Amino acid sequence: MTMPSHTASAAVPTNRAVDWPGTLRDAGLAAFVALLLTLPLVGLRTIDRPTGLGIEARPDEVIASIVLVFLGRLGLGLIRQNLALPVLVLALACAGVGLVLPMPTQVLRLVLVAGGGIIALRAAITLTTGRSKLSQAERDRRMDRVAVQVQHATRYIAPVAIIGAAILPLTPIADRQILDIGILLLTYIMLGWGLNIVVGLAGLLDLGYVAFYAVGAYSYALLAHYFGLSFWVCLPLAGLLAALSGVLLGFPVLRLRGDYFAIVTLGFGEIIRIILVNWYQFTGGPNGISGIPRPSFFGIADFTRTPSEGMAAFHELFGLEFSSLHRIVFLYYLILALALVVNLFTLRVRKLPLGRAWEALREDEIASASLGINRTNMKLAAFAIAAMFGGFAGSFFATRQGFISPESFTFIESAIILAIVVLGGMGSQIGVVVATLLVIGLPEAFRELADYRMLAFGMGMVVIMLWRPRGLLAHRDPTILLHGGRKPQAQNAGAAR
Amino acid sequence: MDYFVQQLINGLSLGAIYGLIAIGYTMVYGIIGMINFAHGEIYMIGAFVALITFLAIGALGITWVPLALLLMLAASMLFTSVYGWTVERIAYRPLRSSPRLAPLISAIGMSIFLQNYMQILQGARSKPLQPILPGNLTLMDGAVSVSYVRLATIVLTLLLMVGFTILINRTSLGRAQRACEQDKKMAGLLGVNVDRIISLTFVMGAALAAVAGMMVLLIYGVIDFYIGFLAGVKSFTAAVLGGVGSLPGAMLGGVVIGLIEAFWSGYVGSEWKDVATFTLLVLVLIFRPTGLLGRPEIEKV
Repeated sequence: MTMPSHTASAAVPTNRAVDWPGTLRDAGLAAFVALLLTLPLVGLRTIDRPTGLGIEARPDEVIASIVLVFLGRLGLGLIRQNLALPVLVLALACAGVGLVLPMPTQVLRLVLVAGGGIIALRAAITLTTGRSKLSQAERDRRMDRVAVQVQHATRYIAPVAIIGAAILPLTPIADRQILDIGILLLTYIMLGWGLNIVVGLAGLLDLGYVAFYAVGAYSYALLAHYFGLSFWVCLPLAGLLAALSGVLLGFPVLRLRGDYFAIVTLGFGEIIRIILVNWYQFTGGPNGISGIPRPSFFGIADFTRTPSEGMAAFHELFGLEFSSLHRIVFLYYLILALALVVNLFTLRVRKLPLGRAWEALREDEIASASLGINRTNMKLAAFAIAAMFGGFAGSFFATRQGFISPESFTFIESAIILAIVVLGGMGSQIGVVVATLLVIGLPEAFRELADYRMLAFGMGMVVIMLWRPRGLLAHRDPTILLHGGRKPQAQNAGAAR
Repeated sequence: MDYFVQQLINGLSLGAIYGLIAIGYTMVYGIIGMINFAHGEIYMIGAFVALITFLAIGALGITWVPLALLLMLAASMLFTSVYGWTVERIAYRPLRSSPRLAPLISAIGMSIFLQNYMQILQGARSKPLQPILPGNLTLMDGAVSVSYVRLATIVLTLLLMVGFTILINRTSLGRAQRACEQDKKMAGLLGVNVDRIISLTFVMGAALAAVAGMMVLLIYGVIDFYIGFLAGVKSFTAAVLGGVGSLPGAMLGGVVIGLIEAFWSGYVGSEWKDVATFTLLVLVLIFRPTGLLGRPEIEKV
């Protein structure tokens, strides 16, 4: 393992004279591109006037972004030529000036602080690792080692995390807000684990997973609305209906390969959403369905102060003070249990012929077909099972919100769930958890940033993919080896391949 | 009959727009084998640049319509292609040799980024614009009226198609582009600068999408930051329908989708037109997976 790092450092030029004209030209070119990018859209803003659209010039922001790009590119160019230390000092000075001194506009301050900070960080990393740029392969190998370590540590982390999640509602920090965020995170973890069956195990790229989520949510909402069925009756029904829709969709399209499959699933997701919007006599159209009944305590008790006919009140049943938090805590445990069921299923199914067939299909379709695996049936099974879990999550979502509308099931949701799976590293269960914390947790923590949240979300997806194209904790050990050969050495070699 | 002709012309102009966007998808898919998910956003940017250019030259006092349209077209194509180039440079080029899913996720991220970027910069409200090119051409004794804008869209698209076909089939750039499409490694060995060709592919796709964006602005007179998604999905559908990798196929697919949408809205109702489009996509993929004009893909083991 020492060989690659040696060659990587040898490839870096040492003590060569700094190529000023080249670096400056490069930075100038980048600044020119920045000018073209920002001139029409940043520099000129449309504003609504009573007489129609007006326009307003913002030259300062254009200049600020050009300066930022020029200096940033220059800084990166110099770092690459062994000038990291002076760049670090200058960048820190820039950030400091931006923080301390009064600035004419907020934009300028942001440019100085953010730009200086990023460049300083880059320079600092270079200084500490002593290498200007790791090669992609070398970086990948390092992350692979981390991934393998994490995967091994999962044996110890997972029980701790599960126990931690289980006792969270009992700790004093668990207020309404914390629990709500916990429920949100667990919902996405469950969806991520569900989609992981299709994408991570079976290797099918599904861009319309939210359709099954929608089917589950609307199944419960409509069954409760028209037939007055309770949540506990509807939960399995919703899963069943979602699985059925998975089979219905899967049957014709599973013969398709790769990107065609992806685009058809996307189309299917949109079709479901359009049906929900347009069939307003049945689904309530864009207004959605409100007043969806809350879940009862396993059909025994209600979480209200005055329970309905034939039901006990939860707080009376257990002799507690009435608290509106009880329902939230119950919902939290419900989604935790559902998510763990999905996880357990995935972990176990990998050891069954079904799961091994999925992994084989993911690695090489033709080879596994020639080994006698029925491709369509295997894929259909993956699709239906993932759809079922999506349906469970959907009906949980409906009962938690008490209100659903087609707006909750747009393509962006599918993209977010897929991003969780891919960013975490396809097929990695712990990766899904880490990615959910990143993708859902971080934006949730910065809710006050409002609009900039999604901007950063999109950029974050790009950056993580550039930094680690196979996902944060990707690793593809075969789940079962011949002769029980589970030596860590062998796994290392397999992962570093 | 009059109604039919009316819908036919509406469908053709709409199809021309889808076709222009679809060419960007099909070229990129042909050359690097990825769905450029941000392409719909590029089209949206094209529409916005056209709108802003119009407002800017209005503020400068230029009121002669042909000049205004020409400036809009030029500015929109120029600035939008820079966006196309930058997106490729930042989000796709470093991922050239990565697993297939990585550029797709990166593209979805870019698409989300560009949408919100536009929303923050130009506001979330839809932008109305008074008709720049009013007036209708009446045919068949006044039974059918075709607005000049729709006519201009069809004519401009035809001109662009002719020019584009010449570019791809006759010039050295087009030859290099086709060579890269067949075998990037071999083309590189023969002295073609593959990175440059891929960049130019994105630039050309973006320029055509910009024209589509400007035409949509002129026809419908209202745009917002969200128009890219649906147009992008439908145009990709058009590209798949025509056969991914085939330029005439993209145009044909666009026209077919435009016609279906127009006739469906005209005779059935506009609510379900998107369902019709996607159902058609599913049907085509099931019965003819390579699209109308696509070559079958042979897989070697």
